[in-house]
Amino acid sequence: MREQIEGSQAVARAVGACRPQVIAAYPISPQTHIVEELSDLVRVGRLESEYLMVESEFGALSACIGSSAAGSRTYTATSSQGLLFMAEALFNASGLGLPIVMTVANRAIGAPINIWNDQSDSMAMRDSGWIQLYARSNQEAADVHVQAFKLAEELSLPVMVCMDGFVLTHAFEPVDVPDEVTVDAFLPPFQPRQLLHPDDPVTIGAMVGPEAFTEVKYLMHLTQRAALDAVPRIAGEFREAFGRESGGLVQRYRTGDADTVVVALGSVLGTAEEVADAMRDDGYAVGVLGIGCFRPWPDSEVRAVLANARRVVVLERAFSVGAGGIVGKDVRDALRGTDSVVYDVVAGLGGRPITGASLRRLLDDVAADRLDPTELHFLDLRTDVVSQELARGGAR
Amino acid sequence: MFEIRIHGRGGQGVVTAAELLSVAAFEEGRHAQAFPTFGSERMGAPVTSFCRIDDRPIRRREPVTHPDALVVQDPTLLHQIAVFEGFKEDGYLLVNTSRSFAELGIEEVTAGLQHACAVPATDLAREHLGKPLPNAALLGGLAALTGIVSIESVEAAIRGRFAGDTATRNASAARAAYDAVQGVVHA
Amino acid sequence: MSTELKLYQIDTFAVGNRLLDADRRTVQASTGRANGITSGHRACRGCGEALGARYVVDAALRAAEGNLVTVNSTGCLEVFSTPYPESAWQLPWLHSLFGNGPAVASGVAAALRAQGRSDVRVLAQAGDGGTVDIGFGCLSGMFERNDDVLFVCYDNQGYMNTGVQRSGATPPAARTANTKAIGPEPGNQFGQGKNAPLIAMAHEVPYVATATVADLHDLEAKVTKAMQYRGARYLHVLVPCPLGWAADPSQTIRLARLAKESGLFPVFEAEHGVVTSVSPIRQQEPVVEYLRLQGRFAHLLDGDGRPELVERIQAGADANIRRFGLLDRPDPTATGRRP
Repeated sequence: MREQIEGSQAVARAVGACRPQVIAAYPISPQTHIVEELSDLVRVGRLESEYLMVESEFGALSACIGSSAAGSRTYTATSSQGLLFMAEALFNASGLGLPIVMTVANRAIGAPINIWNDQSDSMAMRDSGWIQLYARSNQEAADVHVQAFKLAEELSLPVMVCMDGFVLTHAFEPVDVPDEVTVDAFLPPFQPRQLLHPDDPVTIGAMVGPEAFTEVKYLMHLTQRAALDAVPRIAGEFREAFGRESGGLVQRYRTGDADTVVVALGSVLGTAEEVADAMRDDGYAVGVLGIGCFRPWPDSEVRAVLANARRVVVLERAFSVGAGGIVGKDVRDALRGTDSVVYDVVAGLGGRPITGASLRRLLDDVAADRLDPTELHFLDLRTDVVSQELARGGAR
Repeated sequence: MFEIRIHGRGGQGVVTAAELLSVAAFEEGRHAQAFPTFGSERMGAPVTSFCRIDDRPIRRREPVTHPDALVVQDPTLLHQIAVFEGFKEDGYLLVNTSRSFAELGIEEVTAGLQHACAVPATDLAREHLGKPLPNAALLGGLAALTGIVSIESVEAAIRGRFAGDTATRNASAARAAYDAVQGVVHA
Repeated sequence: MSTELKLYQIDTFAVGNRLLDADRRTVQASTGRANGITSGHRACRGCGEALGARYVVDAALRAAEGNLVTVNSTGCLEVFSTPYPESAWQLPWLHSLFGNGPAVASGVAAALRAQGRSDVRVLAQAGDGGTVDIGFGCLSGMFERNDDVLFVCYDNQGYMNTGVQRSGATPPAARTANTKAIGPEPGNQFGQGKNAPLIAMAHEVPYVATATVADLHDLEAKVTKAMQYRGARYLHVLVPCPLGWAADPSQTIRLARLAKESGLFPVFEAEHGVVTSVSPIRQQEPVVEYLRLQGRFAHLLDGDGRPELVERIQAGADANIRRFGLLDRPDPTATGRRP
């Protein structure tokens, strides 16, 4: 049923419909409304789940690891500092092949402390072995969580569903929350690939030395790459069951004949599409490519969409300090050998809104060749503040 | 698309106001989006919330910089933050006050506006709710001033959010403000 | 530090006391006080933590003769006191992370010692979340090593800055955003929670004390005493939160007093794991007098309420009274007058 609700509520109810048996909860802005809603559902008996209020995010994911290894469908949510506080556990969970699903309400990482939206948190953990899916709207966020449980349990790998903190989590918009009945039909009961149970003892987490470690990691890589087939297939099954498109590896918008394509992840895609439409009206062939699955990296799909674009503008809400763009690097890799020119633009850090007006100005600059593709660009950088600080000796 | 910006302070229901407005628009079969400026919990701090209403799906997500309608829940903000930034001359202004615009010191701004209205929403809230929580009343006033949603939809949204007595009282505060503003607008 | 201070004499329970000798007056009573956390910060009206921090920091600054560095864990205090580009702090201040305040403070102390500057003292400040939950491991480490840090926990019994969620310090039956007063067991569960002062005592550190913002003299005396010791010291201060406790902002000090007078929050000192002094209850209050001022306990008292849960809370208070002997030595100065 379509309702006008808060993003966090939509996600919580979608997760609830998947019947996780164990939920670990620790508060951090801006994901907290999700775990609060789940708490309410459990309290009033609408969701049967063990709800653990743990003492930290490290505790949260640790509890999830234990719970998943013991055979329960398991969920938690976090952001930013919290994601990093569980970093060791992230690698542990993926290394052990535990199908935990976690929401990451994307938020900047301190210092300086900042509670607002950007994607540095999940980007910082892109190598952790977790599958990373990014939602562009609250409808998609709700839907992708349902798909995530199926994906995680099929591959026996943990999945993080990323949604822009505050921008999506705290926005009220129409969402048709997947109902329990249809979810039950879509999502089979959890069949753990490995299970801690006295009936059939297994050892989980042995020490692996040089003689086999490489092979273990190689196989992990293959498993994650298998998601490149699983993600679109499950999105297709979702469409069959629920009657709408949601998720998938990438989403194309007017890219077929585009001369310039903007690549982005998450909520900014809506704004980007509006700007693309306006530019089309003004005679520019602009398209937008949304990355729905960032890990594994869908290099073939990206290449297929972008290879004929003369210019590719990668818009990212994070960057690799001292190096440059993150998504941009992956895009360049995918476009090896083609003639497309790739521009790296960092935007929206620490919650600075990415406005349609700024995006339009950026794309006008690109169209007029005013932007240097060999440089890393920061959208809406306050050069006055930067100059002032440099003059004070702020840079070393 | 119609864009609304609401200014108030933490604890005055600014965020709820935008949410209820979006629910009211949704009830009428339209697309709506509502979100606040975000911050850590703090009572009394300036809070701004936004609402967009359209007949087509809403794709943009940035803060409303050129509001079609501006609601000021707390007039003490008028000279503290840039409440009128980006406001269009033909836009709708609704201010929660029992004083005149001249007394509030904003006559220069309001003189040039086509649709500026004051409503004593806090007084109405005290009367109907027993609490100085003006958000529901202001929604009723906004419905009257702009016609962007009907008062019936506002009342339905209120009843959907609150229970029992709270719902009834908030709805009647909204209706009272609606009637008051209707009276001014159609005077 | 040139802020102009204005003092108002309002009540004998308030700051200052003209009848006392100058050397017994509080730090807060002096216009020469350091004002370590100055005005202009963004705390809510009636914030107990802002008050507690002011009392603690100024007393610590006086004891250290101004040679003080503070480390502050993530939480309300850090957030409302340092909204870039402003800061309310008039002493060296470092924001750690949420979970490592004690460890960062230990590091500061070690560096000062290595530099031969042990005259500079270290004060760590954190909320209950950063102390009993996420910071717990680091805190235990600091205690165990007996690092030269005074660690102060401002306990408002929940994660307030993120919207009032339950922590290991949230009392039983309290409503929070994830322990709502709905379902068959409303509010926070009984039988959980951590007693941080007792845990600190179990580490046998040189000095452990509890205090509230209701008794300024007592709080300042404890900070001053703690600063006379070296090694790991722990001070647990109850700081009511009007927002999180759903209480009127004008009731902050009253609530702190009632917490003590009901026995729910024992006020005492301990050294090396042994209780050395207790601040007796002046005039015992039934817990309901404390609970009814807070919306977070409204479900216990509204309508039919949950009298059996109130009884359990009262039993908890009575157990504290027995355990610490809070009524053993009635205060001869008690006048029978209610605050």
